[in-house]
Amino acid sequence: MSEVILELDAVVKKFDDNEVLKGISLQLHRHEVVCLIGASGSGKSTLLRCVNLLETIDQGTITLFGQSLNDPRIDPDQVRRHTGMVFQSFNLFPHLSVLENVLVGPVRALKRKRSDVVDEAMHLLERIGLSDRAKEFPERLSGGQQQRVAIARSLAMKPALLLLDEVTSALDPSLVGEVLDLLRDLATSGTTMLIATHEMNFARDVAHQVAYLDGGVLVEQGAPDQLFTNPQHDSTRLFLERVR
Amino acid sequence: MSNITDESVSEERPSFFVPRRKQLLVGRRGIVASTLSVVIFLGGLVAVFYLAPGGAAVRRFYFDRHDMWEAFVGNHNAGLSSVGIGIFTNIWVFLVSEVFILIFGLTIAWTRMSKSPVLLPFRILATIYSDIFRGIPVLLVFFLVGFGLPPLGIAVVSYQSVAVYGCVALTLTYSAYVAEVFRAGIYSVPHGQLLAARSLGLTNATTMRRVILPQAVRTVIPPLLNDFISLQKDTALLSLLGVIEAVNAGTIYQDTKFNSSGLVVASLLFLAMTVPLTRFTDGLIARDRKRRLASS
Ligand SMILES: Nc1ncnc2c1ncn2[C@@H]1O[C@H](COP(=O)(O)OP(=O)(O)OP(=O)(O)O)[C@@H](O)[C@H]1O
Ligand SMILES: [Mg+2]
Repeated sequence: MSEVILELDAVVKKFDDNEVLKGISLQLHRHEVVCLIGASGSGKSTLLRCVNLLETIDQGTITLFGQSLNDPRIDPDQVRRHTGMVFQSFNLFPHLSVLENVLVGPVRALKRKRSDVVDEAMHLLERIGLSDRAKEFPERLSGGQQQRVAIARSLAMKPALLLLDEVTSALDPSLVGEVLDLLRDLATSGTTMLIATHEMNFARDVAHQVAYLDGGVLVEQGAPDQLFTNPQHDSTRLFLERVR
Repeated sequence: MSNITDESVSEERPSFFVPRRKQLLVGRRGIVASTLSVVIFLGGLVAVFYLAPGGAAVRRFYFDRHDMWEAFVGNHNAGLSSVGIGIFTNIWVFLVSEVFILIFGLTIAWTRMSKSPVLLPFRILATIYSDIFRGIPVLLVFFLVGFGLPPLGIAVVSYQSVAVYGCVALTLTYSAYVAEVFRAGIYSVPHGQLLAARSLGLTNATTMRRVILPQAVRTVIPPLLNDFISLQKDTALLSLLGVIEAVNAGTIYQDTKFNSSGLVVASLLFLAMTVPLTRFTDGLIARDRKRRLASS
């Protein structure tokens, strides 16, 4: 197995008195895809947000590329430049064109020269099949197209790790497929991803590991074949029966 | 087909025509109707001036053509200041204050929204400032600044021209309002925008400049322009400090000639200044509304 990129060790996160993550431990290797499944409110989003420091944890450690994120010398902006995050609600910048949305990270965060990045950005748009919409504004695109642009925006940073938070949940069922296809494509080309999702078939297909969360506890984790066909815990089995 | 018995089902053929008595308001006739209503309204207004028992006196006091002109150009020999020149004082005080208000207002807003623990004392100060200057009438701020600073005898602060004190008073008051406008505008940008920008690794300042402010501007501009319209009018308060601006020139004319036409001239000049801005603001609001309706 290749190198460990991300390691969570007994991570606890509280909002006031509400313990949302209750000692989560998890590993992610390079080129690996891990899917987080679990009921609404089980803490999937919170876990992802802790990894790129949109939230700070209360106990435990998160180690990214061998560096503890608890270390006060860590620059959150640097962490985020290497971990892409895609949201359920796309959050494209409405005042920027599709191309500018993709360029904004490399140009404004990495301070690369615009002219150097445009070709790469157009290449990405080609990859997501939207190069002909480069000049348009996000509001003119369908939800599925917007989400693909949001993914391209993250990819433009060449992230070592991609965090995806229920990226198809806000989509019309007919548009889910195109986004999942893109993620499949990314998985095949070796992108390391941590994915919170409600799409069980997709998780089963694409994930190397699936982790089931319940009330802030990582109940069990395993290869999709094993976890989906032979869950070890009652709560996992109940959950899988309910979503099926 | 004919066995419907429910009485709530109507068998009548509905008619879609506008009732006859309202047909005056339809199509080309509508234009006739609106023209007519304008003529009647304005005619009525003029008629009041001409037919009212005191109409002649009012016309002489407020709308005398000769007095209006003399007040407008002034009369040096008679010690009458020109209202037309005075308005330029209002204009430059407005322009100078506006620049400082924008800078100062944004600073206050920024301070109030900062999260850094280092800035805590400034945050508290900015909040107190905001409360105080939105609470004290502008009039009192003019008096406090205009009559309070000179006697202090502090270098620079106490030896400015009176118009400068006017600018200071206006800046102090309006910055507090404008800061709130900025704050509301910035908060109107969805939180997801901030999250997306930060998770790309944009710094706080870059996020503000490239993502939040460009989106906030759209919401901020109409209320901001409204504040500026009101700022234009409040430059008239300079007269209380003895500055010879438009209103003061009109008042001097009134006190000398016992005729208020100069004040009407000042009003007209203020309108000439504010109406373009009010029209522009309304236009912006209408355009924004249209865009919002189109995108939803
Ligand atoms: N900013 C916050 N402040 C307070 N409580 C929060 C905050 N964010 C999340 N929570 C709480 O944390 C718990 C876990 O939320 P989280 O969004 O991580 O769940 P989730 O698994 O992503 O759910 P979903 O499937 O609905 O997205 C919830 O009970 C939620 O109310
Ligand atoms: Mg969530």
